[in-house]
Amino acid sequence: MPSGMPGKLIVVEGLDGSGKSTQAHLLRHWLEMGGYRVYFTEWNSSPLVKNVTKRGKKEQLLTPTTFSIIHATDFADRFERQILPMLHAGYIVLADRYIFTAFARDAVRGVDRDWVRNLYNFASKPDLVFFLNVPLEIALGRLLDGRPKLKYYEAGMDMGYDTDIYQSFRIFQGHVYEEYIKMAKEFGFTVVDASDSPEKEQKVVRAIIQKRFDLSKYKYEWNVP
Amino acid sequence: MIKQFYGKGIPHLDATRLKGKLIVIEGSDGSGRSTQISMLRNWLEQQGYATVEIGIKRSRLVAVELEIARQSTTLSPMTMTLYYACDFADQLEHVIIPSLRANFIVLADRYIYTLIARAITRHLNKQWISRIFDIALIPDAVFYLSVEPEVLAERTFRKNDTLNYWESGMDVRREVDMYRSFITYQRKLQRVFKDLQLDYEFVMIDGNRTPQIVHEELVNRIQPIIEQSAPAE
Repeated sequence: MPSGMPGKLIVVEGLDGSGKSTQAHLLRHWLEMGGYRVYFTEWNSSPLVKNVTKRGKKEQLLTPTTFSIIHATDFADRFERQILPMLHAGYIVLADRYIFTAFARDAVRGVDRDWVRNLYNFASKPDLVFFLNVPLEIALGRLLDGRPKLKYYEAGMDMGYDTDIYQSFRIFQGHVYEEYIKMAKEFGFTVVDASDSPEKEQKVVRAIIQKRFDLSKYKYEWNVP
Repeated sequence: MIKQFYGKGIPHLDATRLKGKLIVIEGSDGSGRSTQISMLRNWLEQQGYATVEIGIKRSRLVAVELEIARQSTTLSPMTMTLYYACDFADQLEHVIIPSLRANFIVLADRYIYTLIARAITRHLNKQWISRIFDIALIPDAVFYLSVEPEVLAERTFRKNDTLNYWESGMDVRREVDMYRSFITYQRKLQRVFKDLQLDYEFVMIDGNRTPQIVHEELVNRIQPIIEQSAPAE
């Protein structure tokens, strides 16, 4: 719980193809241009850990359990060195994916739900979680129409759903989506319809933030007239 | 003896079909752990048992990067603990379990208890770390080589001329000088291990004695365990 911490933690979650990263990027841009103290953090980006994850994926060394722990390790490093200190220092921390990404993916891989939640129990509770909700078919269409090169784990190939990587991706994403929908209630996600255009969604997202928080508290001092 | 996990274990894995034996030797650096393991291995292989060794920071997945991360001043105790947990899980799934399935005797040069003890010594939540290791298999036997910190220090000096940074708990920084830090830290670790005995079953072995005498005691204790599985003809 970020109780007593002056910062705010805003999370953007959603399926691959939900436009989550686009929305997070636009939010960051908006807040930075507005002169607010904002720190942006992405899933799976700790310099101390990300090489293991990368190699583990490339060489297909990861099992559901090690996949889960290595992502928690990455998160712990970013959380302790960046997210938590920034929240203490009164920043708006904007996270492109947070622990819910792990909860969803690990549960689909059969890792015990309570075990995963314990693994991440050091994480602060976000002040606001946007879930960019798109019907599964739209998210899949956005991603798969160009027949991109999909990655092994991203497509859930380790689960043995299907030997066709596109088919495997569809099945895997379908399960991940179900997990998100279950969590939306449990964790009180703010669900945003993301099947329309990015600029409309961005308007909605910004309006929610402005309504929820007194942003003037997060202005850099030297920008205050 | 049927194998079990401490908690729910590894997804999709049934432990009851694992036939080999898992024997753990715990103890600080200088406790004679490696010497005892190599003596045990010789003894077992002479009798025709197939053995395999696992230990901390030996996983294919993270060993190299974990060593690099350890050199970094920004690695926190929590991140390090998780890193080690990953190192353990990788060996559990890729070495321990397949070896046990193939009827091997797995000799573990330390196991989850060292990782739990280190985490607790660094003020991390005990329940948090113990629950992470719900994935671990319960060994057939765990021996803790208990050696007085002063003796550990002396043995370390004889071998390496210098105390190890981590084994001296220098990252915890209890004392200004390294020797005192080592003694304080090792004493604390031993207390934590004693407490852990309440949750996990270890056999305490007096490691202050000569290697041959310790080896004989281990052999006497391990013999009945392995006799449950048939050696090669």
